[in-house]
Amino acid sequence: MDGLINGLYGIPLLGILVQFVGYIVHIVPDISPLLLQAATPLALGALCGVICERSGVVNIGIEGTMLASAFVAWIVGVTVAPLLPADPSPIFGITPTLLIALVAALLTALLISLVHAWLSITVRADQIISGTIINIAAFGVTGYLFQLIEKGSPTSAGAFTAFTPPSQLVQIPLVGWIFNMFLNQGPIAMSVIVIVIVMQVLLFRSRWGLRTRAVGEHPRAAETVGIDVVRLRYRNVLAGGLLAGLAGAFLTMEASNSFQTAMTQGRGFIALAAMIIGRWTPLGALGAALLFSSSQAIAQSITFAPPGGDLGTILTAIPAQGYDMLPYLVTIIVVAGLIGRSIPPAADGQPYEREAAT
Amino acid sequence: MTSTPASASFDPAAVSAPALEMRGITKRYPGVVANDRIDLVVRPGEIHALLGENGAGKSTLMNILYGLARPDEGQILLDGAEVKISGPADAISRGISMVHQHFMLVPVLTVAENILLGAETMANPVFLDRVEARRRIRELGARFGFEMDPDAKVATLSVGWQQRVEILKALYRQARILVLDEPTAVLTPQETEEIFAVLKRLAAEGHSIIFISHKLYEVLEIADRITVIRRGRVVGSRTPAETNEGDLAEMMVGREVQLTIDRGESHPGKSVLEVRGLHVADDRASEIVRGIDLQVRTGEILGIAGVAGNGQDELVEALVGLRRPTAGQIQLGGRDVAGHTPRQMNEAGVAYVPADRHRFGLVLPFSIADNVVLTSYYRVPFTHGPIRDEGEIESAAEQAIAAYDIRTPSATARAATLSGGNQQKLVVAREFSRELALLVLDQPTRGLDVGSIEFIHRQVLAKRDAGTAILLVSAELDEILELSDRIAVMYRGQLVATVDGRSADKYEIGLLMATGGRERTAELAEAAAADSGVTP
Amino acid sequence: MTAARPDQEASRRRSLGRRVWSAIGLPLVAIVLAMLVGAVVIIASELLVGGGQLNWGKPLEAYGALFQGAFGGTDAVVQTAVSTAPLLLAALGVGFGFKSGLFNIGAQGQYLTGALGAVAVGVALAGAPGIVAVPLSVLAGVAVGALWGFIPGFLKATRGAHEVVTTIMLNYVAISLLAALVAGPLNTPKSISPVTHDVGNAALPVFIGSNGHIGILIAVAMVAVVWFVLYRTTFGFEVRAVGVNPDAARYAGMRPRLLTMLTMTICGGLSGLAGAGDLLGVSHQMTSSFSTTVGFDSIAVALLGRSNPVGILFGAILFGAMRAGAPLMQIQASIPAELIDVIQGTVLFFLVATPVILRGFQTGLDTTQITRSYGEASH
Repeated sequence: MDGLINGLYGIPLLGILVQFVGYIVHIVPDISPLLLQAATPLALGALCGVICERSGVVNIGIEGTMLASAFVAWIVGVTVAPLLPADPSPIFGITPTLLIALVAALLTALLISLVHAWLSITVRADQIISGTIINIAAFGVTGYLFQLIEKGSPTSAGAFTAFTPPSQLVQIPLVGWIFNMFLNQGPIAMSVIVIVIVMQVLLFRSRWGLRTRAVGEHPRAAETVGIDVVRLRYRNVLAGGLLAGLAGAFLTMEASNSFQTAMTQGRGFIALAAMIIGRWTPLGALGAALLFSSSQAIAQSITFAPPGGDLGTILTAIPAQGYDMLPYLVTIIVVAGLIGRSIPPAADGQPYEREAAT
Repeated sequence: MTSTPASASFDPAAVSAPALEMRGITKRYPGVVANDRIDLVVRPGEIHALLGENGAGKSTLMNILYGLARPDEGQILLDGAEVKISGPADAISRGISMVHQHFMLVPVLTVAENILLGAETMANPVFLDRVEARRRIRELGARFGFEMDPDAKVATLSVGWQQRVEILKALYRQARILVLDEPTAVLTPQETEEIFAVLKRLAAEGHSIIFISHKLYEVLEIADRITVIRRGRVVGSRTPAETNEGDLAEMMVGREVQLTIDRGESHPGKSVLEVRGLHVADDRASEIVRGIDLQVRTGEILGIAGVAGNGQDELVEALVGLRRPTAGQIQLGGRDVAGHTPRQMNEAGVAYVPADRHRFGLVLPFSIADNVVLTSYYRVPFTHGPIRDEGEIESAAEQAIAAYDIRTPSATARAATLSGGNQQKLVVAREFSRELALLVLDQPTRGLDVGSIEFIHRQVLAKRDAGTAILLVSAELDEILELSDRIAVMYRGQLVATVDGRSADKYEIGLLMATGGRERTAELAEAAAADSGVTP
Repeated sequence: MTAARPDQEASRRRSLGRRVWSAIGLPLVAIVLAMLVGAVVIIASELLVGGGQLNWGKPLEAYGALFQGAFGGTDAVVQTAVSTAPLLLAALGVGFGFKSGLFNIGAQGQYLTGALGAVAVGVALAGAPGIVAVPLSVLAGVAVGALWGFIPGFLKATRGAHEVVTTIMLNYVAISLLAALVAGPLNTPKSISPVTHDVGNAALPVFIGSNGHIGILIAVAMVAVVWFVLYRTTFGFEVRAVGVNPDAARYAGMRPRLLTMLTMTICGGLSGLAGAGDLLGVSHQMTSSFSTTVGFDSIAVALLGRSNPVGILFGAILFGAMRAGAPLMQIQASIPAELIDVIQGTVLFFLVATPVILRGFQTGLDTTQITRSYGEASH
């Protein structure tokens, strides 16, 4: 077996590729839970994008929505923690504090989405401007409050913990790491899988999904069969907001237990990229998010434990930032249709004016 | 499949109560009365045609029925009971369905999804029952003679089949009253025949059908009753047995005496524009101008009459360089200019007054002066190198304002602040005030007041007398008759007849516009049949 | 010329009134409302952090310090000018795009790549005479920024790729590219964290105060240049025509695709100049975390100035002054500098929402027109 592999590795040029595959096969099982963790906020943000844009509302304010909910989750947690009992549940480490914080984060996201919905659907403002307003204001408000509060030594309200899957399951040869990836997770990351599947099914099999797709493609046609375009868009933008809020909560309640200024670091925009590459479908968005998180994780592995031989020489020659760029470059290529063009819903971003019933 | 009495004969007269009655419907828009005390009675199982020219008020009436517009006065009765229709959803729930002229289908969705939309068959409160939906769609299709694959994407269907999807949509909602807005406008003769068969079958089952059209022969062929609307009013209601094409054409077009201006004698000279075998495709890449030959000489006006949508827009856009012809020649002064850019056409002396002045004619937020130089801004004296000469631009604008009587406080006012008539005068001023070889006018007076119309007509005649070759396209027959030295009638992408402008009879041209001429229609049908491989 | 009739006179006055309202009145109302919201935020946060004491004077204290920091003395004014310059240039670029119907969210990336180009050439020419080094470094920044604008313009014109998506993505590519180059080829070998050499003689000369570099003068001059190009040249005429009515522009013989590419290139060049100015005039070297808030700030300024170069000048001074005054506000009144972002977001909100709020949610009025004049995102 080893002989065969070494033989394959020895083939000029192609051998490098085989070595790369071998390297990935070697490292992925070890880091597999991290892949889903890193993909979680991206996937949730992308789902927010899918649900909004499928109904025809562009939302570039995902970044700001995430940031604000992350902040609120943290600040509410820190504020109520001293008042409540703090013995975490054995699974996921759930405390009343965390639940309250989560609800607060979701409410925040809902409120912000309401602003976006009002500006882009009722006011019929340019949706890009509306999203920009959200991003600027969220950055400002969270940064402002964080600066104020930081002075009074902030505490942590704790965080959700990961579920530990039975070791027998994880140690199954070849596929054990997959169980580890999906089960060795906190509640939000684990729920992503469920949310993606539910949304995928709803979008293509339910009444809501059918109406959403129709409104995003041809709102006038939807209106002529009696569908309330405005109401549907409001609902979708609000529902999308909840998902972005969950992504924000993940950052301060599961991935870490504290807040930092501008901690979303562009995840809201990578989420948009994942949505586009995933062709506005939930499953595709998750796939793209995993692709992005994997490229980051592999880049880190290369820095810490580079493979040997020619492959190692080649990979370490690429600066780590090269991998950071990857999601964005891929998105540009896909939007430009250089490889497999990704086409948005036809009415995406266009304010809808009801046919005047005068 | 459960069997249904497919062709149980249905006698409209046997049922007393009308399915639909509209009484004294009046609808005013600023400046126009779109519907003026219109009465309409439609019985169960009746195919009722609404006949009228473009803008006669048919669409407004149907929008009122469908809840898209509220009448200012009047009542709507369904099965004898008065109703107020609040919107499309309400109309649908009352059994009224509308097939719009521009199909209201979502191209990326499947046939089944389009049909289900808004009237979903549910397996449970959340999920669609796609199996049952497919079954019902197949069953309905089989019953009315057009079975189709419920899972086909609508975008892949031909126009004729898309229309069947629209009809299925209505049937799926158990519509009793079906409104079809110009259903044959986009169909080939065979497709038209097939749709007619479907409609007759629907009527035989007791559905009421309102059929909007301006094509006389179709209406005579399909309708049980024909109501003619002109300028917002009902001019008459007939059964096909009581009337004929001539009678209907007169009712539709009217025979009022029009104000005419003295146009004087024309003195045609040498040929300026020669078009040979011109083919042009529309935005959906389907050929809409199918082989046009025409000639315009100096000092004459060639009028092209025709019902809107027979390819006139595309012909005009090809002539001014906005649309590239798919085949054929456009010769201007002996030089082939087919496929030249708008600027090349402009520099070759072609001027253009568009039908939609807000789209091609003006940049509304710009000043009058900027609009006056819109096509010549890059030339001396308006620019020196890359820098504009504001003084020259302003004085050109002042001249245009004076010469064309544009009512405005100043040349720096935005074009958007002008009235419609003055906006059009601005377009005319720009296009007329340079060296012209050919003038292309597309409905140059649409929507204008009488004073502006007369002013523009006088300017056009002055240009003719100065030796310009003029091509006038209009759906307003009166305008064509008033100005043209020769008149060609355009029908389905071809010129079907050319007559002398002075001796032309309005009734005769109206008939040509509506029917394309008897023989011509037969010829087209034969050609189409030959195309599809069937030997007649 | 025809004499204006009374009703025309009235309509002229109405339309003039509308223009004055939309160019001056509306932005002022939005600014005042945003400052009020800022005051409420200050009071509310006092309540939150300051031990539950309501302090009604706090906003005045904060805004006073802000004003002091921005305009109190020569140094403060110079600092305001230094903060205004990049904002002004980038916003001129964004506004130029709006005029042509393009929504350039890429000022961020164009600024960063512009700075990158300037530092690369500046370091290389650090020992050359300033008369050579300065112009070449500035031009390098403009060129690289312009390239960063050209890419989305080209992709839009030839492939139909929406400029909003591509410019967002290019912003992040720029951040990574900058970090990679500063940590890689441009890095100073002996430094602990990645940083480039100093640009030496390529630094912009200082003409006033301690750091009042000539980039400020260039920025102000660009207001005139951009205004002249937009309103006095045939090219500007074409740009504006395509932005408002692409169909009429096509009939008039203009070439919308070519203009899209040129316009985006100019947007990028102006933002690149902003980045080059900051790098060569202020920081003189680049760390791998070199960043800026110019990206979103410039969109806010361009919208506030209604895409008009003169309006943009005032908008840039407003936000530049706030950025310059914020540190003093933070020190004297203990109000975090992020308040500026809160105000900025709120200004934009009121700019978009005020017309609708004023009409009391009446339906049937064309509110799209108001926002559309800020620059329509679609083609």
